[in-house]
Amino acid sequence: MNYDGEIIKNTMNNENKAPLIIEINHQRIERRIMINKIAKYVFLSSTLFALVVLALLLYRIGAQSIGWLNLGFLTRNLSIFPEKAGIFGAIVGSLGLMLIVIPVTLIIGVSTAIYLEEYASKSKIQTFIKINISNLASVPSVIFGLLGLGLFGRLLGLGSSILAGGFTLSLLVLPIVVVSSQEAIKAVPGFLKEASYAMGANKWTTIRKVVLPVSLPGILTGAILSISRAIGETAPLVVLGIPTLIMRVPTSVMDDFTALPIQIYYWTLDTVLTAEYANLAAATIVVLLSVLFVLNSVAIVIRNKSQKGF
Amino acid sequence: MEKDMNVRSLIRDNISKRKNSIDKLMPKFFFLMASVSIITTIGIVMTLITDAIKFFEKVSFAQFFSADLAPLNANNPTFGILPLITGTVLSSLIAMMVAIPVGLTAAMYLSEFATEGTRRVIKPIMEVLAGIPTIVYGFFAYSFVTPLLMELIPSLEAKNVLSPGIVMGIMIIPMVASLSEDAMNAVPNAMREGAYGLGSTKLEVTIKVVLPAAISGIMASFVLAISRAIGETMIVAIASGSSKNLTFDITKSMQTMTGYIVEFTSGDAGSGTTGYYSLYAVGLLLFIFTLVMNLIAQYISRKYREEY
Repeated sequence: MNYDGEIIKNTMNNENKAPLIIEINHQRIERRIMINKIAKYVFLSSTLFALVVLALLLYRIGAQSIGWLNLGFLTRNLSIFPEKAGIFGAIVGSLGLMLIVIPVTLIIGVSTAIYLEEYASKSKIQTFIKINISNLASVPSVIFGLLGLGLFGRLLGLGSSILAGGFTLSLLVLPIVVVSSQEAIKAVPGFLKEASYAMGANKWTTIRKVVLPVSLPGILTGAILSISRAIGETAPLVVLGIPTLIMRVPTSVMDDFTALPIQIYYWTLDTVLTAEYANLAAATIVVLLSVLFVLNSVAIVIRNKSQKGF
Repeated sequence: MEKDMNVRSLIRDNISKRKNSIDKLMPKFFFLMASVSIITTIGIVMTLITDAIKFFEKVSFAQFFSADLAPLNANNPTFGILPLITGTVLSSLIAMMVAIPVGLTAAMYLSEFATEGTRRVIKPIMEVLAGIPTIVYGFFAYSFVTPLLMELIPSLEAKNVLSPGIVMGIMIIPMVASLSEDAMNAVPNAMREGAYGLGSTKLEVTIKVVLPAAISGIMASFVLAISRAIGETMIVAIASGSSKNLTFDITKSMQTMTGYIVEFTSGDAGSGTTGYYSLYAVGLLLFIFTLVMNLIAQYISRKYREEY
């Protein structure tokens, strides 16, 4: 695989027979090797392009948040004055959302995965649900917002509460949890299950005592990834109609709320009015990205620790 | 013998009473949970269709597919979707012009040229790029890329389609790269080795052997990328503005279908107004667009897959 034309080049340098033809071939081969080399660096640079943009993005936002991101910013409430504004309410709102998203997606997602892998394996229902989930995964998040607005917001009368937002986000990230849990459950070796059955355990006991414990790291990794998707999701919440400026910190799941990404959105829109809002948005982004970084690191640690073969 | 049977049936009864009741109950519970995903799909389709029907009771198809969009006009609101479709198509087109060349060449590099070590460094970074919330990209487009482009194109408006299109393309690069790379990795090594044996360079092997063999997966990744760009919301909502004029000038502000939904709902879309129902009509069209794209992608990767 590490072939780069060197061998051909060397043999062609032995110009002892038919010098003219070899000379022509030599030029042609040199050119092909040259093009290959150029292409390699062009391809490399386009790979690095994405990385450069990432670095630029992090640097820009980091630099802009300097001086604005401090303890006061994290613990103060929203304010129309940029110097006095803080994101405490948004942090509480995002935590509240996660308090709903985590149990709802875990229970529904893992149950779905267990059903698909253990009970409905290779049946028509399995294929149907699988196709359905893969299509659901590619529905734009703003459509989930419309579903949440129509179903949870208006029909069930939850308005733009944390509960409505949490349910909407749960449905949005459900496919991620289902697919990753399915992979984890599928990876449980058959002999472990057979050993359990041989001991006289029934199906549910086997799932509870063998399948779930063994696949837990995989399930957790998927759950964390889905949470980090949910925590940064903006469009569905905006569609639910989160009010622009909420001064009160939510105390129950039925309260109206704001969340970190929403705050970024409104502050970015309002930079037309007050330029300092851009700095507030940047500082909020740093907080959001830090949370995502911690979540993903935990996921990677779990994944690496659990990579013990059977 | 009689006694033996009794003991067995006793044990069987005992087990079935204590445990089998739960064992029988659990599949039903799991099935109930599994049906949530189906109910969600039905819920999406039903909400979109029922409210879109209410919209079309008030607004004719001819008006819906016209170029006049003025939903907030108090006297005579109009709901022509053409400006939104142009905005969506143009921003997605710009995104594709960034994402497809960069994503595909990155995939070629990672799959064919890079060493194992390089790949192990670059792939996680790509994953990080893919995991950044779109709202962050929106902020980046509006506060960094737009001012940067203004230096190059002085006539550029503060809100325009060009900048979010480019940033959307950057956002989609990891997706195109990783899906295309997967497709290229699935090409058997024997085919590469055959070409190397004939004296091909790496580039020739990549372009003449690997690309044609992996073309179904690569095309599918392009279509999925388009679907992603059409459905992308926050970047365009922030950076491309809310101009509802029909124009093809990418230096000007335009609104996309997703941008319309976000702007109008967070504005004054009172329940029961035509404006409120228009969200669902636009949403339905958006849903159909992305669904068709996904079905095409699935069709391509199934139909044109070469089995080796």
